[in-house]
Amino acid sequence: MSDDAADVEAAVADAHRREWALVLAATVRVTRDLDTAEDCTQEAFAAALADWRVRGVPDRPGAWLTTTARRRALNVLRSRGVEHRHLPLLVEDAAVPGPEELATDVDGAPIPDDRLRLVATCCHPALDRPAQVALTLRLVCGLSTAQVARAFLVAEATMAARITRAKKKIALARIPYRVPPAAELPERVDAVLAVVHLLFTTGHTVPAGEELVRRDLVERSVDLARMLRRLLPRDPAVAGLLALVVLTDARRETRTGPGGRLLLLEQQDRARWDRAAIAEGTTLVREALRARPPSRYALQAAIAAVHAEAPTWEDTDWTEIVALYGVLTQLWPSPVVALNRAVAVGFAAGPAAGLAELDALAGEPQLAGYGYLPAARADMLRRLGRDDEARLAYGEALLLTENTVERDFLAGRLRDLGAP
Amino acid sequence: MAQYTILIYEDENAYATASPELMDEVIQEHDAFTAAVPGLGATVLGGSALEPSGTATSVRGGEVTDGPFVETKEALGGYYLIEAPDLDTALAVAKLCPARFGGVEVRPVIAFD
Repeated sequence: MSDDAADVEAAVADAHRREWALVLAATVRVTRDLDTAEDCTQEAFAAALADWRVRGVPDRPGAWLTTTARRRALNVLRSRGVEHRHLPLLVEDAAVPGPEELATDVDGAPIPDDRLRLVATCCHPALDRPAQVALTLRLVCGLSTAQVARAFLVAEATMAARITRAKKKIALARIPYRVPPAAELPERVDAVLAVVHLLFTTGHTVPAGEELVRRDLVERSVDLARMLRRLLPRDPAVAGLLALVVLTDARRETRTGPGGRLLLLEQQDRARWDRAAIAEGTTLVREALRARPPSRYALQAAIAAVHAEAPTWEDTDWTEIVALYGVLTQLWPSPVVALNRAVAVGFAAGPAAGLAELDALAGEPQLAGYGYLPAARADMLRRLGRDDEARLAYGEALLLTENTVERDFLAGRLRDLGAP
Repeated sequence: MAQYTILIYEDENAYATASPELMDEVIQEHDAFTAAVPGLGATVLGGSALEPSGTATSVRGGEVTDGPFVETKEALGGYYLIEAPDLDTALAVAKLCPARFGGVEVRPVIAFD
């Protein structure tokens, strides 16, 4: 392959990642049918591979791709026979996009930025969370069904059925393809943020399997958070989520050591944290925290920012972290957040205080079977020199943890305690 | 425009033991509901309240059995047929639909043409 061909391939791959949602969303306007729009978008990317090799990569690849996909869509609609007349079409409203939402395609005609419509439709409350997640990855991120299936460790046939059912419901139940009205927007954006956050946490710590960080899911969720920030620049919850993913991801290079071994925050080489990402994240946190009440993402991001700004583990402002978790538990009561708060108490006020907080959570049904609770207890007991109890707790944590890297870490701690 | 049914599932015992005042209140709620639907951009095309599931008779393959098709704590007790432009509008109507002892299910109606 010549260098040119390689360059073109790279340009198409780059455009696929950055422009897929824009191209598909604008094409859905023409077809009013998700499947046809997907086919035409796919074909536009295939055409780019051939055309750009001959004519060079256009100045604005997104506009070229959108024009090509929309032209194909018009041809498909024109050539369609009567058998398609009864195809259920997406319901849309005739809202005119604002001037800042408009780009122009290669013919100078405006391209509507329909990405917010697309993502709002994928995350509609009438679809369950697994369907919202699958549709977002497939339609907004342009992943294939096989890729989506791999990301969630389910069989491809299962994922295909899930996506087909969700698309069918959108068409037949007439889930509208539109930006939600202002009154519903916060609730609808919240659902979108929950999906993006779930993608990020799934990628950040894969629940089961070998790798600790599934890079592609993390990257897609950061891309999605950036896209939402551009589409909703004044939404503090969006700023909070972007801050959270950027600050957490800033530590990615240091989360595992040689051989993929898990490194705790305490053991990580802070010099290798991504300083530019931390600066971006902390600016966003300040903005996000101005909302009253702040979003849960803003508070979680603020906690990540306290860690990011501490020059060493010993300098961590644990009192501030306990206080932030306190606000978080008040606004969004959750046993998992309470567990994190208890761990922070263990550093702010010592392991005995932390253990007392953890033991108060022992009866929480939501934490039964949650490996982080015995793991946290084990750590407090170890620090208190109560080795026998610590061994038992590490053993319990191992039974409840499926991620290989996390298991290795727990087994290592258990070994360090020595034989009873 | 499309048609949707709003299927009302409620605890029948609550109605069996309800006072006449409570029943009046529920009827008033349904009257207020039907009056409010046009304001949401939808139309009530029809609907009925059903006798309790204890009065039901099921037929499957010609065999007649006493009782509802499926025994559930919250039973189908009535429905509305509405016309709405999209699911969001239908859900706004459904949220307004009285069902104090249970909830409602929204199902699109197949359009044969």
